[in-house]
Amino acid sequence: MNRRPFLKLVSALTIASALAATATTAETIRIGAVAPKTGPLAGGATVTQWPSIYLWVDQVNAAGGLTVDGEQMMIELIEYDDQTNPGETIKAVQRLATQDDAHFIIAPYGTGLNLAAAPLFDRYGYPQIAVSAITDQQPELSAQFPNMFFTLGTTTALAADVVKVLSDMRDAGQLGDNVAMVNVADAFGIELATAARPLFEEAGFNIVYETSYPLGTQDLSPVIKGAAAAEPDAFVAWSYPPDTFGLTEQAMIENLDVKAFYTAVATPFPGYGARFGAAAEGVLGAGGVNTESPAFMEYAAAHEAVTGEKPDYWASATTYASLEILAQAIEAVGLDRAAVTQHLRESTYETILGPISFDENNSNPDFWTVGQWQGGVFKGVASRGRDGAVPVILKDGWE
Amino acid sequence: MDILITGILLGGTYALIAMGLNLQYGVARIMNLANGEMLVAGGYFAFIAYTATQLSPILTIFLVAPLAFALNWLIYRLMLQPLVNRAKNRGQLETDSILATFGLSFIGVGLMLSFFGGDYFSYSFLAVPVELLGSTYGANRVLSFVMAVLICGALYLWLNQSRPGLSIRAIATAPASARLVGIDVKHLSALAFALGGAVTAVGGALISTYLTLDASTGVVFTLKALIIVIMGGVGDVRGTIVAALLLGILETVVASLLDPGLTLAAAYVMFLGILLFRPQGLFGKKPT
Repeated sequence: MNRRPFLKLVSALTIASALAATATTAETIRIGAVAPKTGPLAGGATVTQWPSIYLWVDQVNAAGGLTVDGEQMMIELIEYDDQTNPGETIKAVQRLATQDDAHFIIAPYGTGLNLAAAPLFDRYGYPQIAVSAITDQQPELSAQFPNMFFTLGTTTALAADVVKVLSDMRDAGQLGDNVAMVNVADAFGIELATAARPLFEEAGFNIVYETSYPLGTQDLSPVIKGAAAAEPDAFVAWSYPPDTFGLTEQAMIENLDVKAFYTAVATPFPGYGARFGAAAEGVLGAGGVNTESPAFMEYAAAHEAVTGEKPDYWASATTYASLEILAQAIEAVGLDRAAVTQHLRESTYETILGPISFDENNSNPDFWTVGQWQGGVFKGVASRGRDGAVPVILKDGWE
Repeated sequence: MDILITGILLGGTYALIAMGLNLQYGVARIMNLANGEMLVAGGYFAFIAYTATQLSPILTIFLVAPLAFALNWLIYRLMLQPLVNRAKNRGQLETDSILATFGLSFIGVGLMLSFFGGDYFSYSFLAVPVELLGSTYGANRVLSFVMAVLICGALYLWLNQSRPGLSIRAIATAPASARLVGIDVKHLSALAFALGGAVTAVGGALISTYLTLDASTGVVFTLKALIIVIMGGVGDVRGTIVAALLLGILETVVASLLDPGLTLAAAYVMFLGILLFRPQGLFGKKPT
């Protein structure tokens, strides 16, 4: 073999790959993501957070990237598993900021993990568009961390709309005054129960049974038996994913025959509908979307095509919308993080949920609060500022 | 009465969770921290078999058991046997096996995540009420309890009546002396470990009919199993069953009569009490 052409080929290849390498580094935008892939919240993040991130990256790159200062930049996603451990979330954010030189970081998953990471997002100047972080502390938090934005509403709004849905049913003569309320003993459940208690009393309901159970309880039959013994007209559980499934199954077994049955997180998951089938009909839950909106339908179809999974009927779409917002802000002002944050405060963004803008507390005032399984789909029945809510139906047994 | 039956049913679940670890720790001397992952894997198998082919979990366990047996036998032979061979004493083997199986549990979680994803898996199997003495219970829990009774009963009989069972108990009691009377300790330890893995996986398949699992829930079960095995007395089948039932009844009594929020606290108080007054476990023998 003649060595010269071979050497030429090798050097040409080397130069070409070196050029390609510099070209990609110049044209990629590094986006960091940290959320649970293992640990107690992994199941939720796997449904709600990760697939929407993958879909967004896939779609942006398929379209040739983001247009930054007239230049097309492809997205390079750097992802970390925080094991549902706030310490790991903090470490990952630090690593993304200091070692990976991420241009932007997608907000973590879960209220606690978002709060844990907030000081670091603030220190390194990253905008934090939190989705799965529901709290009444939004005014204080946005004052303390001006880069932090909220998209999914507040605890009180979530609780108040459940109380309102039940009040409306009662006023229509469909429901009595007696409510059984239980909650998971974790930040989200405790905060919601605390917010809901005075609201129920104010609305003239009697809380005939109230208790909490620890995260990870394996046998929820005492909870449902206790609730059933109090003969409530409505059952409300501020629950997390595994117990949302457990409470529903026990309610079926005990034939807890209430006209309104509400469980919180994971009720809008496609897995919930698949698991309980026709029995899910009429179950109320946290969240909701306008399932009739063409934008949501298009998103859901793309979600399934790209990731192989269906989105949930609540925070999946909001997660995607938060990435649409980030993309629009970057395309508007470039990679300067302070400018992007400023743009987030001032602008209105077109998303699959409709227009979103942030108020003086960096909060999105328009969000879904209550949904219900109707005809195999989880439809929004109450919202703040969103169109497309459908009327509530009565729960008619578990058959 | 209602509380007692609910508690006993929960105790059956706990017996399923702990029985496999009892064999692995009590006989094979392997403190298997990947026990929970084996349980979740058994649950996955049942879930997939049920959703794909509508195969009843009660039949699935006859597939799960030999598969898990073979897999655990391989794990013991390839990964744990070298640790056993080089360990100078029981303490060293326990430390080494804890470290090795801790790693194994991460591998287990990682494999399940990459194959099945991190989503919850949960299906409706026999989620219908059955009436016992005037109260209703989930048919899936009752069925799992019956299976737990059968499995524990069979294990107990086998350990007490058969020759390999006798040898295994001899190893559990005095591993050094067992060798002197011609017991093939290596072979039987592998057998006990594999059997423990099979029981755990079958337990997982049964538990998946009423609990919602995901790829990383295994550690919760490992911890519970560990507590039960230690409370019952390491290596003692009766002790494991009694401790599991006591724990189930205690948790249900506290949840029904006091507050469901106190079940964890009650379980740990009981655990601490037993450690204080009978550190060798309910049925364990005092070290001589």
